[in-house]
Amino acid sequence: MTAFILRRLGTLVPMLLAVTLLVFGLMSLAPGDFLTPVKAQRDINPALIAELQKSFGLDRPWYEQYLRWLGNILRLDFGYSWTYKVPVAELIAQRAPATILLSLCSLVLAWGLAIPLAVLAAARPGGWVDKLTSGAAYFALAIPEFFLALLAVWFAAQTGWFPIGGLTSLDHDFLPFGAQFLDIAWHLILPTLVLGLGGVAGTLRVLRANVLDVLRAEYVTAARAKGLPEKIVLFRHVLRNALNPLLSTVGYAFAGLLSGSLLVENVMNYPGLGRLVYEAFIREDQFVVLGSVMVGCTLLVIGNLISDLALAWSDPRVRYGR
Amino acid sequence: MGADLLQSLLRRPAGLISALLLLLLYGAALFAPFLAPTTPSAQDLKRTYHPPTALVWQDGRLCVRLYRLVDPSTAAYEPVAGQAAPLRWFSKGPAYKLFGLIPAKTHLFTVEAPAVVYLLGSDATGRDVFTRLLYGAGISLGIGLVGVFLTSLLGLTIGGLAGYLGGWADSLAMRLTEFLMAVPGLYLLLALRAALSSRFPSDATFLLIVVILSALGWAGTARVVRGLVLSLRERPFILAANILGQRPTVILFRHLLPNTFSYLVVAATLSVPGYILGEAALSFLGLGIQEPSSSWGLMLGQAQDIKIFMLNFWWLLTPGAAIILTVIAFNLLGDALRDAVDPRFRLPGR
Repeated sequence: MTAFILRRLGTLVPMLLAVTLLVFGLMSLAPGDFLTPVKAQRDINPALIAELQKSFGLDRPWYEQYLRWLGNILRLDFGYSWTYKVPVAELIAQRAPATILLSLCSLVLAWGLAIPLAVLAAARPGGWVDKLTSGAAYFALAIPEFFLALLAVWFAAQTGWFPIGGLTSLDHDFLPFGAQFLDIAWHLILPTLVLGLGGVAGTLRVLRANVLDVLRAEYVTAARAKGLPEKIVLFRHVLRNALNPLLSTVGYAFAGLLSGSLLVENVMNYPGLGRLVYEAFIREDQFVVLGSVMVGCTLLVIGNLISDLALAWSDPRVRYGR
Repeated sequence: MGADLLQSLLRRPAGLISALLLLLLYGAALFAPFLAPTTPSAQDLKRTYHPPTALVWQDGRLCVRLYRLVDPSTAAYEPVAGQAAPLRWFSKGPAYKLFGLIPAKTHLFTVEAPAVVYLLGSDATGRDVFTRLLYGAGISLGIGLVGVFLTSLLGLTIGGLAGYLGGWADSLAMRLTEFLMAVPGLYLLLALRAALSSRFPSDATFLLIVVILSALGWAGTARVVRGLVLSLRERPFILAANILGQRPTVILFRHLLPNTFSYLVVAATLSVPGYILGEAALSFLGLGIQEPSSSWGLMLGQAQDIKIFMLNFWWLLTPGAAIILTVIAFNLLGDALRDAVDPRFRLPGR
């Protein structure tokens, strides 16, 4: 078990190396750097710029910068954000929890809605539940996330039922603990719905097909012949087997959520990793980008790991085999 | 084979309707300058956030209602009772070049000068949303087609070679695809965009976006083509070709890859939406198509203003409806195609 987890975490290292190398190389190909706006100021002393460039290592070729950055990472130093004037680690520690919270909520929403609906739909193929959910899923998959986010903001502005953006209210810090919790939950509803809807539709379609496949298996006929209630057949015998292929894709679903949350966070003004990365890219705040990308990839691998563990838990056949 | 496919497609109502709809959309995009009453960058700062003009039947002609500005601070317009300007069909208007080649001046409809026709309202600088939607269709829909063509070519070549050669070429290609599929796509998109933007002149953004999207999109196609080639390789007709002593390139390009075409057609149709959505997302973030060009994503990006939400200028969100319609049509068409092809190929569900 431990060996399995360690082996999976071991695959993280080459992946992180490859991703950061790629991002570093691509960013150094881009014209300018985070000091470009400083250089454009007329009253700044060239000596100061030269000194800044030297202290950030910007006068070196890019591979040397990369190696230096890598060395700092090993000492757990993620660098310094020029635009925010704080260490990158601090910045990410502030932003990452919001994105993780949003992604987890969307994942829970997607699975919580999709699983019962898919089983109900597949139990009577062509029935009204099936037709309704298939149609809705078709539609949901066609809506771009950022457009849905726009619609959500529009809805919030028109009705006033939901906050228009952000994660907390202005007076959040002065609220008692319970009210703080409710405040965050209140702000989370719309982003979760927006980000989760595509997930619901995707999961629903895959799971419905899986359930239909499993329903043809002989052990299902056997379970029915034993006289088990249909509910137990569906949820204990069919669902557990139908879920397996889906469990192994949770990691990739997480990748999709991270991409999706980049757009949703920017539209809905949500203070998460996605907005941080986007703004850092625009300002070429190199170390922030690299740090966020690393955190994003680590989250992905952890997501994959959890999905593997869940798969092992639900399916004895794959228990720590590979 | 193509005729068979077409015939069985036409027998499915959903496929037929979506095929017709797509033809209509691409036709509209192609003839955008003719169909649009004005040009996409024609501003009218006196008529910002104008609501869609109502069409009325008056004096035996189709007319467009006249409006006057009631409150400039909230951009509230009010129709002037009883007044309307007739639409002039096939009339002369701003000059344009059809297909970028043929100079022309005829527009499908315009109105006499002081009046305006805003079928879908106007935006923050008084530009006609309907016109911009039509011009934007060319870019948004075009990127879908060009991108899919490039990806299919890349995926077919890499996947085919990986499956046929096997060994280290195979594992190299597969590790690469896994890497591309595991990294959050938008992060890579941003990085590529930052790196490549200086390599392309600003009027080649269209090309730049297609290249970026294709560079990230070939992985899925390559994996499936490889899988198909792997299973086809063991079929008797390939073994026969081997025994006959045909050269590997002939076997690959003459025998193996043509057999994956029907899969490719389906996969390409189903992946067009990905490109349309990708372009829309990039332009939405302000990293894709730039002014003065217009694309659906760019128009939505410009609709991100709290004023628009508060004052309910819903017509600025119509590009979103256009995207949804296109994506649904492509998905329906792809599903219908898959059903038509299915007897020969059981496709692995995504």
